[in-house]
Formats: sequence, C-alpha cells, structure tokens
Amino acid sequence: MSNRAFAALALAAAAVLIAASTLVTNDYFFSAAYTVLQFVVLATAWNVLGGYAGYVNFGSAAFFAVGAYSSIFLYKWAHPPLIVMIVVGTLAAALLGLAVGYLTLRLRGVFFAIATLALAVMLFTFVVNWDYVGGARGAYILQPRELPFGLKRYIHVLYGAMVIMAAVALVVARTIETSAIGRGLAAIRDDEMAAECAGVPTLRLKIFAAGVSGGLMGMAGTTFPYYLSYVEPSAAFNLSYAVNSIAMPLIGGMMTWAGPLIGALLLGTVQQLVQVTVSSEWNLLIVGALLVLFVTIAPSGIMGWVGAWKRRKKK
Amino acid sequence: MESATALVLNAVIAGLLLGGFYAAVSVGVSISFGMLDVVNIAHPAFIILGSYAAYIVNDRLGVDPIVASLVLSPLFFLLGMAIYRVYYLCFERRGQESLRGLAFFFGILFITEVALILVFGVDYRLARAAYSETTWRLGPVDFPLRLVVPFLVSVAMVIGIEVFLTRTFFGRAVLAVAQDALALRLMGVDTLRVKERAFALSIATAGVAGAFLIVIQPVQPAIGREYIGLVFAVCVLGGMGSIRGTLAGAFILGLAESFTSTFAGPSWAPAVSFGILLATLAFRPSGLFGR
Amino acid sequence: MSLLQVTGLTKRFGGFTALDGVDLSVAPGERLGLIGPNGSGKSTLVNCIAGTLRRDGGRIEFKGRDIARDPAFKRVHLGVARTFQIPRPFASMSVIDNLRIPLLYGAGAPVTLDAASVTGEAMRILEQVGLAARAEAGSSGLTQVDMRKLELARAIAAKPALLIADEAMAGLSTSEVDDILVLLLGMKDRGVAVIMIEHVMRAVMAFSERIAVLVAGRKIADGDPRSVVAQPEVVSAYLGQ
Repeated sequence: MSNRAFAALALAAAAVLIAASTLVTNDYFFSAAYTVLQFVVLATAWNVLGGYAGYVNFGSAAFFAVGAYSSIFLYKWAHPPLIVMIVVGTLAAALLGLAVGYLTLRLRGVFFAIATLALAVMLFTFVVNWDYVGGARGAYILQPRELPFGLKRYIHVLYGAMVIMAAVALVVARTIETSAIGRGLAAIRDDEMAAECAGVPTLRLKIFAAGVSGGLMGMAGTTFPYYLSYVEPSAAFNLSYAVNSIAMPLIGGMMTWAGPLIGALLLGTVQQLVQVTVSSEWNLLIVGALLVLFVTIAPSGIMGWVGAWKRRKKK
Repeated sequence: MESATALVLNAVIAGLLLGGFYAAVSVGVSISFGMLDVVNIAHPAFIILGSYAAYIVNDRLGVDPIVASLVLSPLFFLLGMAIYRVYYLCFERRGQESLRGLAFFFGILFITEVALILVFGVDYRLARAAYSETTWRLGPVDFPLRLVVPFLVSVAMVIGIEVFLTRTFFGRAVLAVAQDALALRLMGVDTLRVKERAFALSIATAGVAGAFLIVIQPVQPAIGREYIGLVFAVCVLGGMGSIRGTLAGAFILGLAESFTSTFAGPSWAPAVSFGILLATLAFRPSGLFGR
Repeated sequence: MSLLQVTGLTKRFGGFTALDGVDLSVAPGERLGLIGPNGSGKSTLVNCIAGTLRRDGGRIEFKGRDIARDPAFKRVHLGVARTFQIPRPFASMSVIDNLRIPLLYGAGAPVTLDAASVTGEAMRILEQVGLAARAEAGSSGLTQVDMRKLELARAIAAKPALLIADEAMAGLSTSEVDDILVLLLGMKDRGVAVIMIEHVMRAVMAFSERIAVLVAGRKIADGDPRSVVAQPEVVSAYLGQ
C-alpha cells in the first residue's frame, strides 16, 4: 500500500471514529478514548527514534510536557485558537528534540538514554520554578464556552483533535518507515558503524528522528491542559508517560508502525479498566512488570509473534 | 545575620560532606557501568530500597541505620547476583545489551519505585540515629553529624573498594575483566563469576548508601529518579571505571549543588547534577579523568 | 595523479603508536596488496582511511581532496568503500535489503531512486557475487563465505572508486578463497582500485600489482610483489611472528 493510500485510509478511519462518536452518550468514553489515543501518539512517536533507530528515550515526559506547557504559556499570554497551540507546541518539542539530539546523539546510545532522563528532571525543575505557567502551584486552564462544529461538550473537541493527531502520527511514522530514511534508520539500529561505512549520514538521520519523535510527543501534550483544566507539573511529567511510551512499543513490536498502535490500544485500554477497579499504582506496577517480562522473553513484541507465525505458516 | 564568608564556608563544608556521600552513592555505578559495561540505571532504586530497609530496622529495633545496612548488605549482594544472572542470560549472552538491557533496568527501577509506594506510601521517612540532632560548631562553620557520620563511612567505603580492587586477587580480576574479558577467559578465569560478583558488590554498596541517604535527608520512593542524573553525572565526570575519578566527580558535584542551594535556592539543586551531566556528555564525554 | 595519497599518517592509542608516519599511494584501478604481521596496524590504517578513526597526524588525500576531516559517510560518497574483517551485516534485513542501503546512500546515489531500479541493481550485484539465490534470505544466518560475499556486495553497491578489502578471505577454504579472489579481480574491469589486506599469501601474490608491507606501524617495503616478498626485512618480519 502506498503512503498516499495509507494516509487516505487513516484519515477515513479518523472521520469514521469522529462521526461514530456522535452516537455515544457516555462522557466517560470520550475521556478514556482521549487517553488511549494520546498513548497511540506517544508510543508511535517514541518508536520513531527508539524502535526504528534503536536509541532509547527515557524522557518522553519532557517532550510531552513541553507541548503541554507551551499551550499553557500561550493560553496565558495570547489565548490563541487551539490549532495554533497545537502547532506551536509541536514545533517547540521538535526543536528540543533536535537540540538534545545534536548535543548527545554523537555518543553511544546509552549516553543518549541517560541524557534524556537528565532532560526530564531538568525540565521539571525549570517548570516548577517558572511562575508564569503556574510553577509548583499549577495553572488553571478554562475550556472555551464557544464550541466549533456545533459540538456540545469540549471533551468532544479534544477527542476529535486526538483522533486526528493519532492518524497524523501513524501516517508520519509509516511514511518514514517505508522511505529511504527509514531504511537508513534501520541500518543504524542494526549496526551503526556499518551503516556509516555504507554511506548513511548517521548523525543527520538520528537528529532528524529525534526531532520528529520529540515533536510528535509534544503534539500529544498540546491539548492536555484543556483536558485537565488544572495542570501542575507532576501531572505533565507523570511517571506513566515515561514507562508507557517504552512499554507500549516494546509489547506491540518496535519494527513497524503497527506495533506501537497495537501496544497502545491494548495496554491503554487495559489500564483504563484497571484504573477504575484498582489503584493507579497497581496499574503502573503491572505495566512495569509487563515491560520487564516482554523485554526478557518476548522482545519482538506482539508483531514479532505475528511475523513468526506467518513465517511458520509459509512452511 | 551570617556574614558572606560564613555563608561560603558553610556551603563549602556542606558541599564536601555531601560529596563524600555522593561518592558512596555512585561507586556502584562506577563498577557496574564503568567496569562491567552494564547500564544499571536502576541503581538508585536499590539505594532507596536500602533506605527503606535501614529505616524499618531502625524504626522497629532501634538499631543505628548505618549499622543495620551493613548487616543487611549480604542480602543486597545476593539480590545483585540474582539480577545479574537474569541480565546475563537474557541480554549479554545474546549480544543485545544496549536497548533491551536499558529497558530491562528501567523496568526494574520503575517496579521498585511503584512497589515501594504501594507498601510505604508517598510520605517522607527519615531515620533517626543517635547523632541526628547533634551539630558540631567550629567557628562560623556548622558540622551537622547527620552529614558527618555518613560522610566518614562513605569515604571509608569508597577507599575500601579502591583498595579491594587494586590489592586483592578478585579485585584485580574485576579490573582485568573491565579491560579485556576475552583475554581473561582464555587464561581460564570464570569471567561470568567475576562479573556477577562485581555487580553484586555494586548493588551491596547501593544498599549501604541507602542508609546514608535516609540519615541525611527524608526519603520517599520517587527521589530515586533524581539520583539517576547524579549518579551518572559523577561517573561520567570522573571518567568511567575510575574510583578516584568517582571521588573527584562526587566532590565537584557536591560543591556545585551546595553552592546552588545556598545562593539560588534548594529547588534548583536537582537541575545542577543533570545540567553538569548534560554539559559533560555534550562537551567532554570522556570525563575529567577519562581513558 | 594518484587516487589515494596518504602521507605521514600517524595514529596513537594512549601511549601506544599504532601508525607511525605511514606513506601510501594508490593509482586509479590499481591492485595493491597490504600485508604485515598481526598488530602491525593494517586495520588501523583501514579505519583511518575509511574515517571510522580520527588520525592524529599526516594527510589523507582522495581524488586530490583532503578527506582527513570528513566523516566516514562523506568519504563513502566520494568513493571510498571498505569491508569489515568480521562481517557486519544488517542483521534484521534480508540479503537484498542489505544492498539497498549502499545503493540508496552510496556514492553518487540520489536517495529518491525508485524502488524498481534499486531492486534491479541489487539483483545484478547479487548475481555477480553469486548470492542471487539468497536474495530474500535473512542476512544473519549465512555461511561464512556468503557473509564475505555480502560484505563485498555491499561495498560494490556503494559504487566506490577505491575498495578496501580487510581480510575478506580469512578462515575460508581454498575454493572459497578462489571465489572471493575472482570477485576482487573483477573490480578492475569496473575501474575500481582495490587495497587487499590479507594473510593468505597465494591470494595476495595472485592478486597484487604492487605490495606494501606494514610492520609495527611503519611501512618497510613497497613495490613489485616478487621482489618485496624476497626482501630480508619482510621475510624476517614474518618468520619472527
């Protein structure tokens, strides 16, 4: 399937999801779906650098928070329409990804991973001390009264935005994956030195991937302040984002665009259910345990199983 | 009102005392990452585990927390051996260390933190030792014993490890494994056992350092993550695998944080270690004393 | 004008000098054999020319241009290709996908080549090296000689002007050595100069138009194959091994 066809399909699926939701009366559905779709974007974004290029980012929360806090900043400063906030937040996070990539992607993957952890904590400290966006006390974001497209509740707008973002993220990921850039990233993942000696401009591609990955993660965060209405730093820098953005691609499969989608849908839905019945800590514990379990015994994830099953069927 | 000199002197002393403690916290990573090339980012999780272990013994039995941790250290040693086994079987043998090993340890870090939250909640705990309330004064300078005692034991521990690595047979085997594992295997040394025990040693130091931590400051499960930056900053700054480098890096970081805390406010302190780490990685990744 | 001109190349690792003022030149299309005992610095030399190691001193000129500061991938674009002593395939990819990488990123390659022509070119190269039957096979489960062929195929796909074959025949049987030898000899028809680093002496003698000898980081001989291998210093360097 060509990328154009896939994009059309994704857009069509998004349209269907949005249209079908008008039949849903239960508000909880929108809230849960928003969260799950947010994870689809985060997992897909993480995988562009983590799965395709093999560079682990532990600081997903930092990029997500950049998206969220740039929206808060814009809200307080100029109160622009949502689409402006989304674009600016995405760009800001992408710039951060490029900058961090430029500084640290020359080093071994291990050091990049540690640097991303460092980044998350530093950004957190910075935000906590920045009073304009609320600092440690947090910020209040009021949902607009006027709703576009004749929608009844603002959560519907947020849901719609998230559906579209998920589609965008998937299209971007697949386009990269099937392009020459994607092949270059795979070569980097398999053997960076051999890739370099085959003519692949490894640093450039890695920085590019870091920018795209960061940007998409920021995009996932741009509507978050409206969703929560009250944002304090630990909500944006939540532990859940850090572990889920790694666990979901790992469990779903890191080699293709489909893995993070599956991982996010599965794990995201499970967590929504668990969170209602058990505490959120138990929920995180289970995710962490699944992460460790899969990384030790099933590192190719669910898509890996599918691929192996297909190969066995051929014989 | 304290004079500027007194402020600076106190910042220096606090920085040095903290630095010694940071060395104890980081020496384990110097071994596991610097020498064994195992990216154990879960190291702080074991420190916090040690903190809570020391806290419980101190709370229930009234034993001094640091003494308790030393008594408990064999348990941490065994835990370290078990974890290395799993790591080796699943990752190192298959040559897939980097990405998956990282994810593995991240998972462990995560699980430990959440499990501790489930058991102990998010309240801060502080261990009370006999000397926790005492402060010596030397002119304008304060020497709080809750910093001094951990400092002394920390430095003793780090020096002890340096001596162990350079003077004993096993210690030298560890250093050799760090340099050329293949050659060592060809000479008949069971490198797996050497690495396993070295890793176990690093976890044991984490457990003991945890007791230092909970004497120095209140602890809650989430602060482990703040220490990741610190621990790796110390090791990278000092040049990986060099114990002396670790000491130097630790003191530099302790002083940097102390000064930041005194003159810019304590809420900026976590940013210091991570900032130094990022700067070192960006501009001088081999560290100050690196190979 | 020489294709590759290395002058006074020096490389140190801490206190150890791996290369000590090495001069080397290769003419276009030339077949140069590079021999020397283990540890003499041959691989270091390859790495410095290819760009995977930074040199400490000396000049490296390729097609008249100083490439010493160019990153490795840039040198590939200029026309330097190398194989690795221990083959490094892209393990998650099939054999033919391995070739797509240098075809897309190698010398004179626009990255926007359409898939059909890339596949066609890849198959042609695979046929030349004798791996066409294995095109869809995974690259990690190949036999030793097939792995070496893949290494060479990947280097060929980068469309080099200079190919450095680093011990491509190590550990192979006699007939396998011949397979690789034929491939390397065929490079001349493509106008590609080859530096062959080898220990298999009969292959070196059969292949080289000129031989250079490296011992302990210094070049001790450079010239006609038969006279070089008869030189006393060369003989003693090998016998003293």
